[in-house]
Amino acid sequence: MFAEFLQFLFSGITVGAIYALVGLGFAIIYNASHVINFAQGEFVMLGGMATVFLINLGMPMPLAIFLAIMITVLVGFALEKFAVEPARGAPIVTLIIITIGASIFLRGAAQVIWDRNFHSLPAFSGNDPILIGGASILPQSLWILGSTVVIVIALQLFFNRTMTGKAIIATSHNPLAAKLMGINTSFVLLASFGLSALLGSSAGILIAPISLTYSGVGIMLGLKGFSAAVLGGLGKPMGAIAGGLIVGISETITAGYISSAYKDAVAFIIILAVLFFMPNGLFGGRGAERV
Amino acid sequence: MKSFLKRAGLTALGAVTALGLGIGNSTAQETIKIGSFLAVTGGASFLGDPEKKTLEMYVDKINAEGGVLGKKLELIVYDSGGSPKKAVPFAKRLINDDKVDILLAGSTTGATMAVIPIVQKAGIPFISFGGASVIINPVKKWVFKMPHTDTLAVQKIFADMKKRGISKIGLLSGSGGFDKSCRKNVQKLAPGSGMSLLADETHGKGDTDMTAQITKIKNAAGVQAMIYCGFGASTSIVAKNAKQLGVKIPHYQTHGSASKSFIKNADGAAEGVRLPAAALVVVDALPADHPQKKVATDYKKMFETKTGTAISSFGGHAYDGLMIAVEAMKRAGTTNKAAVRDEIEKTKNYIGVDGIYNMSPKDHLGLDQASFVMVEVSGGDWKLLK
Repeated sequence: MFAEFLQFLFSGITVGAIYALVGLGFAIIYNASHVINFAQGEFVMLGGMATVFLINLGMPMPLAIFLAIMITVLVGFALEKFAVEPARGAPIVTLIIITIGASIFLRGAAQVIWDRNFHSLPAFSGNDPILIGGASILPQSLWILGSTVVIVIALQLFFNRTMTGKAIIATSHNPLAAKLMGINTSFVLLASFGLSALLGSSAGILIAPISLTYSGVGIMLGLKGFSAAVLGGLGKPMGAIAGGLIVGISETITAGYISSAYKDAVAFIIILAVLFFMPNGLFGGRGAERV
Repeated sequence: MKSFLKRAGLTALGAVTALGLGIGNSTAQETIKIGSFLAVTGGASFLGDPEKKTLEMYVDKINAEGGVLGKKLELIVYDSGGSPKKAVPFAKRLINDDKVDILLAGSTTGATMAVIPIVQKAGIPFISFGGASVIINPVKKWVFKMPHTDTLAVQKIFADMKKRGISKIGLLSGSGGFDKSCRKNVQKLAPGSGMSLLADETHGKGDTDMTAQITKIKNAAGVQAMIYCGFGASTSIVAKNAKQLGVKIPHYQTHGSASKSFIKNADGAAEGVRLPAAALVVVDALPADHPQKKVATDYKKMFETKTGTAISSFGGHAYDGLMIAVEAMKRAGTTNKAAVRDEIEKTKNYIGVDGIYNMSPKDHLGLDQASFVMVEVSGGDWKLLK
């Protein structure tokens, strides 16, 4: 009985950690620009697909992973430079629609440049499950959890200790004041797109050994990551982490104890319920206006 | 000046059109026209692309060998993009303007169903490459289809289970059209086959982890085997999850998993998974005396040397459709639509790459579960089960 519960929990935490990483990407761009970047899921896809094809070219895995992340970051920069920046001053809704267009474009480009098939990456350290209290967890899940923790700590240090990080936070609070204080806000926007491309592609590479990767892998993950970000309070990095874990665990617990048919429904009901009572999300503060 | 040019242009256009029509009319008497609309591009292009290549390849081959009834075949293919909306005008154009003799078309069930009323009204034989059983069930006078149905796959799996004394099963299915239809078939056919369904789990589209559902199936008291209905990436994910959880009961999947990428992407976890597959997919594993060995090997060789890509079972549907149509025309000795339709319906013991077809006025598919072979993944390849 307990073993079963533990199994559901492990599964939930693994998927939840991925939702969290994707959600974090949403949070960072939202912070810097108030844009919800719906191409976030495509960053996930690009990371996984690029790694697969670089390995096929004969590259060793660590190099392929590094290059794949770099490629995705460049795509993130390009998205900001050539699609979002020229439309600056346009209403937020327009910018959001631009990111939706970009996501469709990236998906199509991936199908043309690579292919429409499914690909798998070798697990980082083997496929032998680790047994804990009767439940099993894959070493790859530990990689996902470990990397998520490292990334979150690194982000905290970045935002609180570095000048660039502080500049991003300052811009999110008040772009005009930040600009008057000499912060290059258009650089901040560029950096935030690069950063969330980095997060997305890392997530895509980490899950590829478990979930496979293909041109459409980002659609559902992007949606779930967005839900995580909204649940936690848009623009709150810690909120995105909590939101991701809540969505992931509620999915597997529902699938395990109620019915797998209602798995997604329950996750979304929780989100609706939370937003009903706390319109700004779990970490958004009750009705407080951004200062 | 302008109006003069315009008039000159129009005249020229008229002349070209007249010329074009003239050529069209003169060739119509010398060729047999095969009309097709396929999902050559778009989401279902993995169906339409090999189908188009197969048709082109074999029409050329037949023509090089002298054609049919002393006439050359002429293939007209339109790209429907898999959309039923586009398929309808193409079907009308093929029937009314191109005046084709037969339709070998419809990569998807949706596109096929959309044109059936037109085909029935025009009275032209139509061989479809769509998957679902609704195309031929109930029987429609002018409509035939080539691919196996999911009903056949489920029957084949149940037959194998019975042989092994399995009667209590757990089902996991995805949420795509094929997955749902397969699930319905399992639910419907289980009682009649002496199977009891102890667990009936589903997962969402694009889900990355099904361990919760498989844990439930594994822990259902008395369950003896697990079936997974689905295709695409999730087939490999399910195999991986089952291995992670140490599932010991036999694990069955459907012909939706019958591709090498299922084995490759499962990264070793597909070992021991059993599934029904078309002979074409596992042609190398077939024994030399298997009736389909020769035809499937020949098709595979031809397709792979001409296109440089691996065969899929989808191109095979186009091969069988074309051959059945050609043989029916030869038997009829004419391209008269009604006569050809009658002969297609009388197809008996046609050995194709998809199976051995025996059609009848009640059965416009003509395949039974013998057209599937049961295979098990072993050593990273297919092993034929007896």
